[in-house]
Amino acid sequence: MATRIATGDNETRLRGARWWKEVGWKHIFAIAVIVFAIFPLLYVLSASFNPTGTLTGSTSLFSAFTMDHYIRLFGTDFPKWMLNSFIVSTTTAIGTVVMAAAAAYAFSRFRFKGRRGGLTALLIIQMFPQMLAFVAIFLLVTTLGEIFPVLGIGSNLALICVYLGGALGANTFLMYGFFNTIPKELDEAAKIDGATHAQIFWGIMMRLVTPILAVVGLLSFVGSYGEFILARLVLGRPENYTLAVGLYVWGSDERNAPWALFAAGAVIAAIPVILLFMYLQKYIVSGLTAGGVKG
Amino acid sequence: MSPPTTPSRLSHARDLSRPGFYVKLVLVMLVNAMGVYGIMACIPLEEWGVLAFLVVTLLVVDYVYFSNRAIPAKYLVPGLIFLAVFQIYVMVNTAYVAFTNYGDGHNDNKSAAITQIMKTSDRRVDGTPTYPLTVLDRDGRIAFAIVQDGEAKVGDAETPLAPADGATVEGEKVTEVEGAEVLNLGQIQQRQKEVLDLRVSMTDDPADGWLRTDNGTMAYVAKSTLTYDEAADTFTTADGKVFKADPSRGLFVAEDGSTLSPGWRVNVGFDNFTQMFSDSRLAGPFVKSLVWSFAFAILSVLTTFAMGMLLAVVFNDPRVKGRVLYRALFILPYAFPAFLAALVWRGLLNREFGFINQVLLGGADINWLGDGNLAKLSILLVNLWLGFPYMFLVCTGALQSIPGELTEAGIMDGAGPLRRFGSITLPLLLVSVAPLLISSFAFNFNNFSLIFMLTGGGPNYPGAPYPLGETDILISMVYAIAFEGGERQYGLASAMSILIFVVVGLISWLGFRQTRKLEEVL
Repeated sequence: MATRIATGDNETRLRGARWWKEVGWKHIFAIAVIVFAIFPLLYVLSASFNPTGTLTGSTSLFSAFTMDHYIRLFGTDFPKWMLNSFIVSTTTAIGTVVMAAAAAYAFSRFRFKGRRGGLTALLIIQMFPQMLAFVAIFLLVTTLGEIFPVLGIGSNLALICVYLGGALGANTFLMYGFFNTIPKELDEAAKIDGATHAQIFWGIMMRLVTPILAVVGLLSFVGSYGEFILARLVLGRPENYTLAVGLYVWGSDERNAPWALFAAGAVIAAIPVILLFMYLQKYIVSGLTAGGVKG
Repeated sequence: MSPPTTPSRLSHARDLSRPGFYVKLVLVMLVNAMGVYGIMACIPLEEWGVLAFLVVTLLVVDYVYFSNRAIPAKYLVPGLIFLAVFQIYVMVNTAYVAFTNYGDGHNDNKSAAITQIMKTSDRRVDGTPTYPLTVLDRDGRIAFAIVQDGEAKVGDAETPLAPADGATVEGEKVTEVEGAEVLNLGQIQQRQKEVLDLRVSMTDDPADGWLRTDNGTMAYVAKSTLTYDEAADTFTTADGKVFKADPSRGLFVAEDGSTLSPGWRVNVGFDNFTQMFSDSRLAGPFVKSLVWSFAFAILSVLTTFAMGMLLAVVFNDPRVKGRVLYRALFILPYAFPAFLAALVWRGLLNREFGFINQVLLGGADINWLGDGNLAKLSILLVNLWLGFPYMFLVCTGALQSIPGELTEAGIMDGAGPLRRFGSITLPLLLVSVAPLLISSFAFNFNNFSLIFMLTGGGPNYPGAPYPLGETDILISMVYAIAFEGGERQYGLASAMSILIFVVVGLISWLGFRQTRKLEEVL
């Protein structure tokens, strides 16, 4: 049996049964996969517009339409959660980028004692997910709250600090590799012109590595935006919740649940991430596949 | 100080002519101010460890940013401080707590436990005066104020009665205290439990008793019915029963085995680790969830990879029109935040009202999340939904790097499509995605939010002392033991965390070694 290698336009057109056998079924398959992939998303969208507002009434997709639930969201804690999530995730993202970039700069540009050891130590520490120490994190935040009340249980700042604890590690490595690709001659030239290391860092490096900064920042944003366990432990009261914790409270309560509110909130909460993801897609894809190819 | 005239020779760390210096100065001043504030706050709380850490950190920060010897450190210190506190310290502390009985009933040190035991077994001392009481709120904490020997005195749960400066006294009652809010009857009512539970020590010596109130308006002196003998380290009740301190358990124990609550924190060695296997109420669920953690992680990786790879191979065919659109739709689940997806699926799979039972299965009554095996199946299904787009992306990328010549050679040699896939495509694909499969395993091994949001670990084992269920993976089991049971058992939970650390560390190490090997090959 002569099987052709797919070569795009050079291909002679396939027809009839042959087309079905080699190409046509792939469309059917694709449609089946797409149904599987998007029906939960359509369902939540439909539930958010459904006037019944309960899980019971959300079974017929797009049978009725109302914006009520979206309007009602503003009478709840939801706007606060949204704001908290944005504050926490944005601050975490900025802090992560600055701290990881600074560390990567140090590792990439300076030769100091313990440099190799430091890099290896970071690599090892990074293997242990911070999330696993959640009991100790809870105890630490409880103690810190007695000393610095702003860093206690229920504080968004405390949560940001916890997330920043994981800022080095993987991110430093990602950036370290990128920093190494920037020619050293650039900083040497700047040094001869009298630039300080701070000027080189902020003025030259940070500008040249903007793409990786954006990727790390956005991935960090998405990561902390969806982080649940630490947020649940650190944030005490509903007005401090982030979206992950707040929407969990709504979504997990099936009976008297504000299911429609949850659905509407989920749609709004998902939009920024989906947008970021679409914007980031080519970086993520190339990052993943590059990682995949390099091993 | 005059601005330097020869900037090139002066250390830029102290170069006053640059605006950056002032930015740095302000930032370091803020750090110092915060540190000094923290140091002062540590002293009354007797947090010597934190105090030492703050002192060292401040010295390091000031040295690093004002000397010109430690330039790399300037870039490393901020990240390292956060890393040290919120990752390294918590890891070390997890290890420490794992060897203690820390948890409800063993929250504090011994002297605090002794005071607490005495305060919870108290009764009114006959013949002592009653005092008109003023209930105060000091920064959210309830405090009592009374007039004793003509002097206004204030105290709260942590500080014994002490003369209050700037208090106004009318008759026998305090009416105003600086820096505190006097609660009226309505407010007292609202915080009744706090007020009734509060015991304010008369002096530093627990033997002098403490102030209590039954009604929020009058206070009396109460003393413990237990007497503590410091020399013998025993408590004796009014009727002569003796409780002896047991330093290995952190409890006061009587001869008949009864104990006083609370106990204190002690080192218990490997007890927490052995408890996982020896405590019959815990060992069963523990082994089951250990097995399920592995099964869940392995099956998740296999199913998502299989589906992702299948899609990647099938749609790696330029003859299929609309591939770009297909791809965009395939990866939508990956873009949807995972925590939301798990909750949406929880609704979809609801037994009575869920879309799947009601619509797709025409009113079937399938207990998706309430039956052990079905719940496991549901979790794998939902994780397949969540995970296949990632694998699809990864495999699509990896396929591009497989040279077409190899496939051509396969065709020349007369290999069929399956044979070519099995002998050429799959092995090459695996070489490049193996590290990602390992990290995907490590991620799923600790995929707390999916389990917690979808089933909450349920359906629960009936009658277990901990709210554990059939779909609990190790990390959600740790969470249940630490925070959801009737008693919080930090020691036991930390010991389990350590076990997970070991498993995940081992897996990551293997993955890392694999990566290194591949790097050498490529």
